[in-house]
Amino acid sequence: MAERARSDRPGAGTPSAAADMPLVRVTDLARYFDVSKPWLNRVLEREPRQVLRAVDGVSFDIPRGKTFSLVGESGCGKSTVARTVVGLYRPTKGQVFFEGREISRFDSRQEMRPYRSRIQMIFQDPYASLNPRWRVKDIIAEPIRAEGKLSGKAVDARVGALLKQVKLSPSDGMKYPHEFSGGQRQRISIARALASEAEFLVCDEPTSALDVSVQAQILNLMKDLQRQLSLTYLFISHNLAVVYHVSDWVGVMYLGRLVEWAEKRTLFRYPRHPYTRMLLDTIPDIDMTGRERAPVAGEVPNPINPPSGCPFHPRCPHANDRCKAELPRSLPTPEGAHVACHAVEEGRLPAEKRDYAVPKMGA
Amino acid sequence: MAQPLLQVRDLRIEIPTRKKVLTAIDGVSFDVADGEILGVVGESGAGKSLTGAAIIGLLDPPLRIAGGEIILEGQRIDNLSYARMRRIRGKKIGAIFQDPLTSLNPLFTVGRQLVETILTHVDITPTKARERAIELLREVGIPAAERRVDSYPHQFSGGMRQRVVIALALCANPRLIIADEPTTALDVSIQAQILALLKRLTREHGTAVMLVTHDMGVIAETANRVAVMYAGRIAEIGPVREVVKHPRHPYTRGLMGAIPAMGHDVEQLNQIDGSMPRLDSIPPGCAFNPRCPHAFERCYRDQPVLLDAGPTRAACWLYDKEMVEAVNG
Amino acid sequence: MSSEQQHYEPERANAAMIEADLATADEVRALSRWRRAWDSDVAYSFRRSPIAMISSAVALIFILGAVFAPLIAPQNPFDPGSLNLMDGFTAPLEPNAFTGNTFIMGTDDQGRDIFSTILYGSRVSLMVGFAGVVFAMVLGTILGLTAGYLGGWVDAVIMRIADIQLSFPSILIALLIFGVGKALLPREMQDELAIYVLVLAIGLSGWVQFARTVRGTTLVEKSKEYVQAARLIGLHPMLIMLRHVLPNTLGPVLVIATISLALAVITEATLSFLGVGVPPTQPSLGTLIRIGQDFLFSGEWWITLFPSLALVTLALSVNLLGDWLRDALNPKLR
Repeated sequence: MAERARSDRPGAGTPSAAADMPLVRVTDLARYFDVSKPWLNRVLEREPRQVLRAVDGVSFDIPRGKTFSLVGESGCGKSTVARTVVGLYRPTKGQVFFEGREISRFDSRQEMRPYRSRIQMIFQDPYASLNPRWRVKDIIAEPIRAEGKLSGKAVDARVGALLKQVKLSPSDGMKYPHEFSGGQRQRISIARALASEAEFLVCDEPTSALDVSVQAQILNLMKDLQRQLSLTYLFISHNLAVVYHVSDWVGVMYLGRLVEWAEKRTLFRYPRHPYTRMLLDTIPDIDMTGRERAPVAGEVPNPINPPSGCPFHPRCPHANDRCKAELPRSLPTPEGAHVACHAVEEGRLPAEKRDYAVPKMGA
Repeated sequence: MAQPLLQVRDLRIEIPTRKKVLTAIDGVSFDVADGEILGVVGESGAGKSLTGAAIIGLLDPPLRIAGGEIILEGQRIDNLSYARMRRIRGKKIGAIFQDPLTSLNPLFTVGRQLVETILTHVDITPTKARERAIELLREVGIPAAERRVDSYPHQFSGGMRQRVVIALALCANPRLIIADEPTTALDVSIQAQILALLKRLTREHGTAVMLVTHDMGVIAETANRVAVMYAGRIAEIGPVREVVKHPRHPYTRGLMGAIPAMGHDVEQLNQIDGSMPRLDSIPPGCAFNPRCPHAFERCYRDQPVLLDAGPTRAACWLYDKEMVEAVNG
Repeated sequence: MSSEQQHYEPERANAAMIEADLATADEVRALSRWRRAWDSDVAYSFRRSPIAMISSAVALIFILGAVFAPLIAPQNPFDPGSLNLMDGFTAPLEPNAFTGNTFIMGTDDQGRDIFSTILYGSRVSLMVGFAGVVFAMVLGTILGLTAGYLGGWVDAVIMRIADIQLSFPSILIALLIFGVGKALLPREMQDELAIYVLVLAIGLSGWVQFARTVRGTTLVEKSKEYVQAARLIGLHPMLIMLRHVLPNTLGPVLVIATISLALAVITEATLSFLGVGVPPTQPSLGTLIRIGQDFLFSGEWWITLFPSLALVTLALSVNLLGDWLRDALNPKLR
């Protein structure tokens, strides 16, 4: 694995940068939003304050150089986790640790500075993530200029090198974003993230808005870059097949909580949590094994008024009274997974193995 | 062989622009039989939505049908006046679009929109129309239909709204439904429910469906036959199982290889370099030739037609029998 | 918190998108900047719209006429020495009974050539109009940007002030500011500074339009991912506002500025007509209309009519130009 010279980076080389410690650790992360109506309306309509608990107690580790994916349906809070980890939101509760140091509660931009450039984000919408009035070379150069180490021609050279690294041409720097397709814009976003020499990239559904063949190109590129530059990814997606392809570790979220997280193969082949199993059963059967998708009960409830106890209990075939009253804790399993489920804890839910069809392409 | 419900022959759709006239759909031909589900799949810009819009008569000017025919139940519908097309729309052809929020008028109750559509196309009393509306809501799985019939669209969740849209599409008992990305904006678990509903209802009512989507997984699960579109032309068409598991056209092969799937432990996905050509830069001959690993000189010269390639038909010169025979013997 | 996910937005190939694609492809291939400007969508829309071309031509004629007034006007009507009282009340295109001079648009009671007074008067009107609009634009943009980006109580305060101001007609506000200004200034300086006070009045009565629009655009742009990306680079919020958000708000601002110019000219004319605008030593179109009003019913119709026509034509052409610009810059209408 290529090692980059990081001895000149602030915060590096400290005892906490040991190889066995996870690069990123999230503990009991919570982020609430106040979605109450304006004060006057509340008084007139006699409504209470309403708080949206988008993320409510999420903990996981991301090892250096690996990809951790968060997967789930709408309202599960995975995007909020991404934005809180990267620093766009301040957590309501809990901490985010980077190389052993808590980075989620800095009071000023000065304190965050040593870490700011090392953690970057790739956004979902390729059309809104680049300023339409700026040339591409200025967009990519902005983090370099903000760091202040290079200037003039050196900056241009670095921008050209970054464009080549994402398989675009250096002359593309003179163009404006609207002259590029969605896939190319994502490449530019990736180049911008790399420009600040980020080690940890949070990717919020980076390929969801792209065509399938373009998605393949971008995912391949991301994997290549990970290998070349020892990058660590937090990958958010709703697409389980993409998650299977890119991840080393996978976490499943439901209504603001992490119901299960494990190494990829463990999660996909031996899913423990009833929601994980349900999710895996509802994926379209592209391999045409003839598997009928299991009819699923209900829809994801409104996150503003989540059910009591375990949030999944209204849709869960194994729910009992304890599930309705008590929130399950996240407990380790023998296979190295973490599952938050009473039925699993009580041994009511036997392990199951899932098989997936072998490659489908004929002669 | 009974006459197909829908026949599209050599459809050409053009867009006059400032500089020149572009061809968005170039010689597309296919049939939809009674009660079958035909999937039309392709990436953005391939023209699948335009084809659906042309069939239902909703092409926005300056887009125009410049050639070919669309024949529904033996009658040409591409050259009808707006008034006559309006009568066919809804009665013979129903539509389901991607965004349930904009398909329903937010100002009127769901019941009113259903009743309005029913009364436009079916000659019954308003009371009976309302009963039918409630019955339809029940059929699409809306709980407490008698009460929900007077709710407004914003009072339903996304999945429920899409069910209402399906009810709206079915209410005048059309023979054909054009569904354009009906589940794309929905969660994967709801997607499963909606597709199951669509399959069941169309089977029960004997309605044919033209399912337009970019999602091959949806096609694999739902459609009987599939047409793969590329740059305004059909690249391959055939039974779903064949096209998905044994694609013949190099583009379809590339596409299937690019789709990640569970259980496939590959380091890199099979990627097709380059991208679909823009409408003003479609190369002569086969539109796929710049990206095709098997292109030879004929591909750069002649635009391919759909040729027999076993159980499917592929628009690829590799399957030209005469040529194959000449090479082999 | 969206309740449904935006998974995939198929790019429906509608005509506008394809046009845009073609245009940009051509732009890349084009050689010079001017060629690219000529070829752009806005310029194309301009070339195709007779109204845009005519109204901008008219506006341009006015502006040029006003700028070059000293060179074009047959007479300087504000130099008492060049006037001849005997020339007074001459009808248009008729030779004067006493002096034999002919004037295209006739003369007023003091012997001033109406054509020249229109040219010189437009000067004042346009100057005040431009300055007022620029002032309103700068003030409104700064306040709108700040309100939109910072939100919270800053936003609430600025917007409430704007709301309160909007409940008064702008003419009244201009009158108020003008009155206050006049009262504060010493008598000798009043005439000199009247123009500046007028500009201030027009600017302060017009900033709200700009502020609201810029605030709206700022709110939209603020939630876009490129602004979040700028935050992740660690830039100061002010820098983000100026470098990233401001350039994207300028389109609508340009449209409002153009339409505001027409309004500013009319506001100034109204104030001058009421007698509280520019000092008599620097008459504008409004003053001329007022002066002429006195003679309207005694038969010398031209003294009021021509300045009025000039004012209407100027305001109308600028308005139409602004309308066209708004449609041309609106991507959805193309």
